[in-house]
Amino acid sequence: MEMLRFATAGSVDDGKSTLIGRLLYDTKTIFEDQMEAVERASIQMGAEHTNLALLTDGLRAEREQGITIDVAYRYFATPKRKFIIADTPGHTQYTRNMVTGASTADLAIVLLDARKGVLEQSRRHSFLASLLRIPHLVLAVNKMDLVDYSEERFEEVKNEYRDFAAKLDIADLTFIPVSALHGDNVVDRSTNMTWYQGPSLLHHLEEVHIASDRNLIDTRFPVQYVIRPQSDEYHDYRGYAGTMAGGVLRPGDDVIVLPSGFQSTVKSIETITGNLDEAFAPMAVTVRLNDEIDISRGDMIVRPNNVPENSQDIDAMVSWMNEKASLSPNSRLIIKHTTRVTKAIVKDVVYMLDINTLHRNESAGELKLNEIGRVKLRTQQPLFFDEYRRNRETGSFILIDEVTNVTVGAGMILGEAA
Amino acid sequence: MAYDLTHLRQLEAESIHIFREVAAEFENPCLLFSGGKDSIVMLRLAEKAFWPAKLPFPVMHVDTGHNFPEVIEFRDRRVEEMGCRLVVASVQDAIDSGKVVEETGPRASRNRLQTTALLDGIAEHRFDALFGGARRDEEKARAKERVYSFRDEFGAWDPKNQRPELWSLYNGRIKQGEHIRVFPISNYTELDIWMYIKEEGIEIPNVYFSHQREVFERDGMLLSTCEFITLMDDEEPFMKTVRYRTVGDMSCTGAVESTADTLDKIIDEVAATRITERGATRADDRVSEAAMEDRKKEGYF
Repeated sequence: MEMLRFATAGSVDDGKSTLIGRLLYDTKTIFEDQMEAVERASIQMGAEHTNLALLTDGLRAEREQGITIDVAYRYFATPKRKFIIADTPGHTQYTRNMVTGASTADLAIVLLDARKGVLEQSRRHSFLASLLRIPHLVLAVNKMDLVDYSEERFEEVKNEYRDFAAKLDIADLTFIPVSALHGDNVVDRSTNMTWYQGPSLLHHLEEVHIASDRNLIDTRFPVQYVIRPQSDEYHDYRGYAGTMAGGVLRPGDDVIVLPSGFQSTVKSIETITGNLDEAFAPMAVTVRLNDEIDISRGDMIVRPNNVPENSQDIDAMVSWMNEKASLSPNSRLIIKHTTRVTKAIVKDVVYMLDINTLHRNESAGELKLNEIGRVKLRTQQPLFFDEYRRNRETGSFILIDEVTNVTVGAGMILGEAA
Repeated sequence: MAYDLTHLRQLEAESIHIFREVAAEFENPCLLFSGGKDSIVMLRLAEKAFWPAKLPFPVMHVDTGHNFPEVIEFRDRRVEEMGCRLVVASVQDAIDSGKVVEETGPRASRNRLQTTALLDGIAEHRFDALFGGARRDEEKARAKERVYSFRDEFGAWDPKNQRPELWSLYNGRIKQGEHIRVFPISNYTELDIWMYIKEEGIEIPNVYFSHQREVFERDGMLLSTCEFITLMDDEEPFMKTVRYRTVGDMSCTGAVESTADTLDKIIDEVAATRITERGATRADDRVSEAAMEDRKKEGYF
C-alpha cells in the first residue's frame, strides 16, 4: 500500500472541516465513540447540527472559543492508500501553520466557495502551496449545491483561478466541483453533476501519480549518526547511518565525502534484516565504505559526478515565525540544514513578499511574524545544498533563536548568494 | 514501481530517522517501555536504527505496580535479549516514600500518580529526551502534539506554545532541566501497528490474543478480576473469551470480547472495529472530554 500526505487549506466558512469530516465519515474512519463525543459536545454548545469541526478541534481552548489553534494530523486509509491529512487552520498564525503542514505534503487541497469564487485567501493558500513546492494541487470548488450544480459557474471559477495561477509555479492542477455537505464528488461521483467527467476527490487522492515526485537523480546521503558497536563480534565496524535525501546508492558506487573531498566506494548498504542492493529516498539505512575515512555527523556522501552546491552564502525564501522579534540584517540565528547545525547571520532582507498580491516590497528591510521574504544568509560552516525546487530535503532549513531555542523560521534555498 | 516503498516501510524509515536524530543530538535519552504493543514496536525500531550496535540509551518502565504478570515477564525477557539497561520508575516507591497519596475506594486509580514517578525518574537520571510510543490517532490532544514535544522543567506540555515542526528537521535544543518527549510512531495508526508486528514477525505478550479470563463489568467495560481491584456489591465476576487492545494498568484497562487468536484475525478485527482503542478500553480517558490534554499539561506521557 502506498502513502499520500496531503494538506488542507481554508477557513471554517469554506466547509473545510465538513469536507474532512465527510472523507473520514464516508471512508468509515470516524469511530462510533468519536461520533458520540462530537454529538454530545455539539448539543452542549447548542449547535443545531452535529458539528464535524469538533472532530479535529480537540483542545479545551479550541472548544471553548470555537477556533482551531494548531495543525492537526488525521489518518484514514482505503484499500489503495494510507492518507495523512495535515489540517491547517485558517485564521490565527495562518502562514506559520500552513507552511508547517505543507512542508511534508505531496498534495494540497485548496477549498473555494463556488458562490464567492477566487478570494484573497484562496490566492494566499495557492501561493504557499507553490512556494513549498507541493507537487499536486487540487482546487475543490465547494458548495456547488448552492449554485444549482451549475457547470457554467464552475467554469467561471476555473477560468478566474487559472488567470491567477499562471503567475505561480504549479506543476499539477486539478479542479473538482464538490458539495462537502451533501457528499457530491467527495467519495462517489455526483449524480447532480453529470456534466463533470472527472474523478471524485477521493478517487483522485487514490490515483494521483506520486512515485515520480521524488528526486532519484541526485544522490545525497547526509550522515546522521556513526555506528561503532565496539563489541567483540563487530570489532572494527564503522557504519554511517542516515536517511537517503535523494538519488540512489548501490554497493560498488564511487562516492565523495563532503566537506573533506575524500573519495571511496560503497562497500555495502546494511540493515538488520540483510544487505541491500540499493537505497533510495526516503530509506533509512547504514552505509559502509571501502576506505577508512574520518566521517562524522553533518558530512554528506554524494557521487563525484553530481555534487551539491557548497557555500556559506545562501539565498533563500524565508517564512518568519517569531512573534517576539523580527528578522533583520545582522540577526544572528542557529541554522539546521539536513544533519548539519551551524550559526547564521542575516546579510540582507532583499524584499518582503506580500502573499496576497505577490508584490515585492524592497524597502521592507525586515520580516515580521508570518511574513515571507527573500533573505541572504552567511553561515559559519558551509552547507551542502540543492535548490529547494530540485530537492525539498537538501533545499530546506530551519532557523532557531539562540536564546529561546524556539524554531523561528523556515527557509527554502534559491541558490548561492552572490 | 521499483523505487516504491510501502506505507509501512515509509513509516519505519521516518521512525528510524527520528531515533537516530535524538541519539545524535541529545546527551542522555531514554526509551519508555511498558511491554505494551506500541512500546514493543518502538523497541524493534530502535534496534533497527542502531544495529549492529546495542541501543545507545536505557529503557525505563513507569511501573504502577498493577501489572499484567505476563507483560512484566515479557518485558524482562525482551530487555535481556537486547542487552539493554532497564530503569524502573515505581509508583509503589513514590507511595511508600510518602511523595504521593494513593486514591482509595473501589475506583481508585494510580494513573495520575504515574506522572510523579515519571518526572522523578527523569530528574533522578537526568534524562533530556524520552521516547514515547504515543500515536496521533489515539486521541484528540495527541493529534496536535509534535513529534518532538517540548517540556518545561515541570514536564508540562503547553499546547498553545509548540515549536513549528517542518520537513524532517527537528529542533531538539533545550536548556538545563527541560526535556523533549519524542514520539517516533506518531504517524502510525492502530492498524499500522498490527500490520507492522505481523510483517516483522515481532513477538507480543499473549494477553493481546483471545483467551479465557475471569472478568466483571464496570461502566460498560470488562475489567479483569485481580488483587488490585475491590469489587462493588453489584459486580459479579464471570468467565469470558476476551483479548486486550491496549495493555496498561490492570485496574483501569478493559478487555474486549474477541475470538481473535492470531495476528491475521486481530488485523481483521481492528480493520472492522468501529470504536477507538482508548474509547473501548481505557477508563482513564473517559473522565472528561479533555482528560488526556489535562494530564499532559501536568507532565503525563
